[in-house]
Amino acid sequence: MFHRECGYYKTTYESDQAILPFPIAKQAIVGFLILFLLVFPLFASEYYLSQLCLVGIAVVGALGLNILLGYTGQISIGHAAFMSVGAYTAANLVTRIEIFGGPLPFWIAIPAGGCMAALVGLVVGIPSLRVKGLYLAIATLAAQFIIEWTINHSPSISGGAAAAIEVQRPSILGWHLNDQWELYLFVMFFAILAIIATTNLIRSRVGRALIAIRDQDIAAEIIGINVFKYKLYAFAISSFFAGVTGVLYMYYFSIATYEQFQIVVSIDFLAMCIIGGLGSIVGTIFGAFFIIMLPVMIRLVMEFIGPWFMDPSYLPQVIGQLRLIFFGGLIIVFLILEPEGLNRLWQNIRNYFRVWPFSY
Amino acid sequence: MTFLKTLGVAAAVTAGLAAATTANAKDLAIGMMCDRTGPTAVTGTVLCPGYHDYIDLVNSKGGVMGNKIVANEIDIEYKVPPAVEAYQRFKQDGAVLISPYGTPMVAALLKTMEEDKIPGTSAGFGTAAAANGEKYPYMFPIAASYWSQTAAAVKFIKDKFGGDLKGKKVAYIFYDNPAGREGIPVMTHLAKKEGFEWREFAVPAPGLEMGAQILDITRRFRADFIIAHVFGRAPAVMLKELKRSGYPMDKVIGLVWAVSEGDIAAAGGWDVAEGYNTIQFAGVGSDYPVLQQIRDMYKANGKEQPKEMDFTVYYNRGVFQAAMHVKAIENAVKKKGSADITGEDVRDGMRAIKDFSLDGLLPPLQLSAKDHEGGGFVRVFQVQKGKYVPVTDWYRAYREDVLKLLEEEHKG
Repeated sequence: MFHRECGYYKTTYESDQAILPFPIAKQAIVGFLILFLLVFPLFASEYYLSQLCLVGIAVVGALGLNILLGYTGQISIGHAAFMSVGAYTAANLVTRIEIFGGPLPFWIAIPAGGCMAALVGLVVGIPSLRVKGLYLAIATLAAQFIIEWTINHSPSISGGAAAAIEVQRPSILGWHLNDQWELYLFVMFFAILAIIATTNLIRSRVGRALIAIRDQDIAAEIIGINVFKYKLYAFAISSFFAGVTGVLYMYYFSIATYEQFQIVVSIDFLAMCIIGGLGSIVGTIFGAFFIIMLPVMIRLVMEFIGPWFMDPSYLPQVIGQLRLIFFGGLIIVFLILEPEGLNRLWQNIRNYFRVWPFSY
Repeated sequence: MTFLKTLGVAAAVTAGLAAATTANAKDLAIGMMCDRTGPTAVTGTVLCPGYHDYIDLVNSKGGVMGNKIVANEIDIEYKVPPAVEAYQRFKQDGAVLISPYGTPMVAALLKTMEEDKIPGTSAGFGTAAAANGEKYPYMFPIAASYWSQTAAAVKFIKDKFGGDLKGKKVAYIFYDNPAGREGIPVMTHLAKKEGFEWREFAVPAPGLEMGAQILDITRRFRADFIIAHVFGRAPAVMLKELKRSGYPMDKVIGLVWAVSEGDIAAAGGWDVAEGYNTIQFAGVGSDYPVLQQIRDMYKANGKEQPKEMDFTVYYNRGVFQAAMHVKAIENAVKKKGSADITGEDVRDGMRAIKDFSLDGLLPPLQLSAKDHEGGGFVRVFQVQKGKYVPVTDWYRAYREDVLKLLEEEHKG
């Protein structure tokens, strides 16, 4: 309907290797960029911008987890702990170091937080050579608790008994990003960067090695892939993304507190990857949208239709419970109907329209 | 492009819904976060109905100078992202006061609320440092902080031992997280001042196993008195373990989250907790005029009184919070002369609350631009034969020491 995939002749290696092989993909990307970077900041209300900020931050973290979980096949339940490593590293740097007459700028703090998380991720990744599957899950679960405990009990890291460090919002050349649209663009920049980075990573030598390990690690080893090295790579990269996510959370809330990074958050991110689609970048974005926006949507719909069939004064009592029921129910329904995630659903829709209206 | 369409439709639907639920101009909106689900649901399911009942009571009497109060509630599951979402939603709906719920949520919203000039309250959580109104102009703890509570607990113990604590042993058992550790600086300071021996006993999350700690306290440390700062499901476990160890319950004092009727029921009933001392920042029990008014309101509407009213610890706290919010708004409306008030007006209204006690449900709170805690008053209630009996009047202790520690905290 919209486009045909035939008729585009590739005459150079570059065009054959392009990330976006068809013009429509490029047009779609430009369209999305205009929508997200121009239309939304200009016209959307602060409420929707704040929601998109949360989604944007979650996309970075979920992409990181998907590199590990979806592309390398290594499970991690300690993702939130790596975020807290990033957040506390950046918070300590920002509040303790002053350069250029101000706190450490974000373009140093963010990579620093990411690198520290990557280092910790490397250590946690070491058992991955020996233990697999559920056993690895428990090893990373241990990491979650150890990191949480360490931060919680070291005042030099956590900044005192309250284990919370307040930081200023990021600033560019003396311009403080305080408004919601400014923060939104700030978050979007890193979300887009993460998407581009992951897309390229997967197409690289490293990315193919990761996929080979996921599909069959023994076979991968036999064809000459250093399994241990690449597993550690995966842990480091994934943790780097998590660290950056933590720093973004820190800047967005302008505080680092370990209570934002507890095990529930790790589970939320796992859910984003699994519901979105393992080993798929678009799916990860869908997953982040789904997990963050669905409870909001369910509540809005309930508030709208609820008064038709119940006493409005009972509504607050009921909505919270119903939201949990529907949220859990919808996840189950999705997983039964489409175990390969939202990404597969999207593929099906695309494939249907690819030959529409002449499907036979 | 399907994705785009979905997004557009979703945005349109939510925009329509948001518009439909926006309060009209004469209503004064309060944004209220609640935790009816999630790990702290024990509290929220009782506290929030109390809050709504008081607002209904105010509205049934004509509201604040003829303006209706609308308390919009959003359940946040004790998670940070839903709290941010709820906050933005309230703000969009024009709320003049927003009450975040839970320590991490308060932390995450502190800065934003200051920037948006919307005041909020954090009764019973958040750091003691937030009591300083100059540093945090838009956050009001309004109730005694953990520091004030710990100081009051020490004073209570001192009085029990006839005014001398020298050589006594006090155990401080706490839930091992930042909120739980809050009391430690105060304990360290007061132990030096009063010459008593003390030790900390940490209960790791989720606080459902503390046999070892209780054994340590009662058999090895042989504490003369126990200060308990536990929350969630932990208080019930603690009461059970203490009972098993045979420790006299009248030598235990619990801070504000260690004390509800629900905990006592879960521990095995009132007999288990007989003699247990509990610190409160709002009165417990049902014998308050304002609670009678709420019961009358239900009767006038031909309804049964809600079962939440039996859980007076948290229910009364809901009433307390609502009363403080309404009072702040009332002060703001009075000062301005119209219902056209901003968050800044409400903040000043909150700071103008003096000697407000809601017929004895509350201590005589004194808020000011500097003191957002309201003086740090508490009252000790003891469990006696199936109910809470007040054993002290509203009081505060070691005020200068607490304020001095606060100052040091801000310098550090």
